[in-house]
Amino acid sequence: MYNGGKIITGLIIFVALATFPFYANFGKTVELPSELEAEPDEMHLGNIPLVNMRSEHMKLLDQWRDEVVRGGKRFIEYDGDEYEKSLQNGCLGCHEKQEFCTKCHTYAGVKPYCWSCHFAEGEEGLL
Amino acid sequence: MKIDRRKFLKLTGATGIGLGLSATDIFTKGTVEASSGHSRVSTAATRLAMVINIGKLKTDDDYQRIIDACHSIHNVPTIDNPKHEVKWIWTDTYKHSFPEQINEYHPEAFMKKRFPLLCNHCDHPPCVRVCPTKATFKRPDGIIQQDMHRCIGCRFCMAACPYGSRSFNWIDPRPHIKEKNTEYPPRTMGVVEKCTFCNERLERGEEPACVESSNGALVFGNLNDPESEVRKILNTHFTLRRKPSLGTMPSVFYVIGGEDYAG
Ligand code: HEC
Ligand code: HEC
Ligand code: HEC
Repeated sequence: MYNGGKIITGLIIFVALATFPFYANFGKTVELPSELEAEPDEMHLGNIPLVNMRSEHMKLLDQWRDEVVRGGKRFIEYDGDEYEKSLQNGCLGCHEKQEFCTKCHTYAGVKPYCWSCHFAEGEEGLL
Repeated sequence: MKIDRRKFLKLTGATGIGLGLSATDIFTKGTVEASSGHSRVSTAATRLAMVINIGKLKTDDDYQRIIDACHSIHNVPTIDNPKHEVKWIWTDTYKHSFPEQINEYHPEAFMKKRFPLLCNHCDHPPCVRVCPTKATFKRPDGIIQQDMHRCIGCRFCMAACPYGSRSFNWIDPRPHIKEKNTEYPPRTMGVVEKCTFCNERLERGEEPACVESSNGALVFGNLNDPESEVRKILNTHFTLRRKPSLGTMPSVFYVIGGEDYAG
């Protein structure tokens, strides 16, 4: 075997680097957003049961933006009231971006690019 | 099966007769619609349009108020470098606004005016035809909408628009927004933007911002409703549209007149 030593050292370095994310986070506990202890069957404006909100909210937002921007249907009726299908005027009317969305996204490793345009209350930073 | 020359001619003859019949069919059916005049005009129930009574815009302030109303509501950045400039509504001279006008004897007061220019929301929008992602499209009410979520910044639409109504964000617009309206998302570097006829205000039952702030100089309504105010003005006044020979059918009309002539 030519250069056996170099190859094996190289392999060890490679494996160490490739698995870095796993052991770097090993044993760490990550704080979840405080809002997570909610009544599970409460409804989210009647769109999606709360239990599914965690996995479905991005689909709802995607659907909303098409309905608003492409379909011109800006309002949704729920329980006799009208709500705006909006990121900054809707979701962020109840949820605080930094404390709620970003906290969980950081935990989940998601970086929605929406905030490069959409305003979040009182802040201008991205993420 | 083998087709010889004779059979082939018979067959094509029969098809020809068939085609001939359906052509007359189409013709007789077509006459009803053709009688409405211009065959290229939209027949939708709604076609939103704007009439600009240029005579009612008197001072610089009258123009600036309209521009500020639009640009502040939509977080349009104010960038001094003309290469990076972003504009939804702006003004220009008669000569630049109506380069096809060969009549040099329109009312002098009219020709000395500056003209508010904005997206014409054309009935035949060239920008929509070239957009590769359908980010820009025509709504059923005639508004040419720009879906920022789909815009890839290719700028084909800017090349296609004969009116210069579209701006590209060469730099991050955020630091250049004068007054922030947190209810409307600004744009980001790398997308194209333009006037939306204030669709977000219309959907809330409000008039476009420029119309509201114009003291009656700008009038907005449904061009396809004969009773609408825009149609009443068009019925009683001569108007100009920008570059009509291109066949884009703009929905923004300029009432010819100088001072108070234009009612
Ligand atoms: C009318 C107020 C209201 C609006 C508007 C609203 N939410 Fe919620 N949302 C809640 C409540 C209440 C909960 C329950 C959790 C809590 O206590 O905050 C919740 C929970 C959630 C959760 C689940 C968190 C978990 O526990 O798993 C997500 C994700 C979420 N919302 C996203 C959104 C998004 C995205 C929008 C906009 C499309 C939105 N919400 C709009 C009130 C609202
Ligand atoms: C309980 C955790 C949690 C909360 C709270 C939460 N999200 Fe998410 N969000 C996620 C996860 C996980 C994903 C990624 C899902 C995937 O990639 O399939 C995601 C994805 C998204 C996406 C799609 C991103 C992309 O790149 O496709 C958007 C948009 C989004 N979230 C918006 C919001 C908004 C707005 C809020 C606050 C109102 C919010 N989320 C709150 C967990 C959360
Ligand atoms: C390039 C800028 C830009 C980006 C990036 C962007 N948006 Fe938008 N978004 C807009 C504009 C402009 C509107 C139109 C606002 C209106 O008509 O009120 C809009 C409208 C919307 C609407 C409906 C109206 C409202 O007020 O919210 C939703 C929902 C929405 N976007 C969701 C998203 C989501 C989710 C993302 C990220 C995955 C995103 N947007 C990213 C510019 C952007």
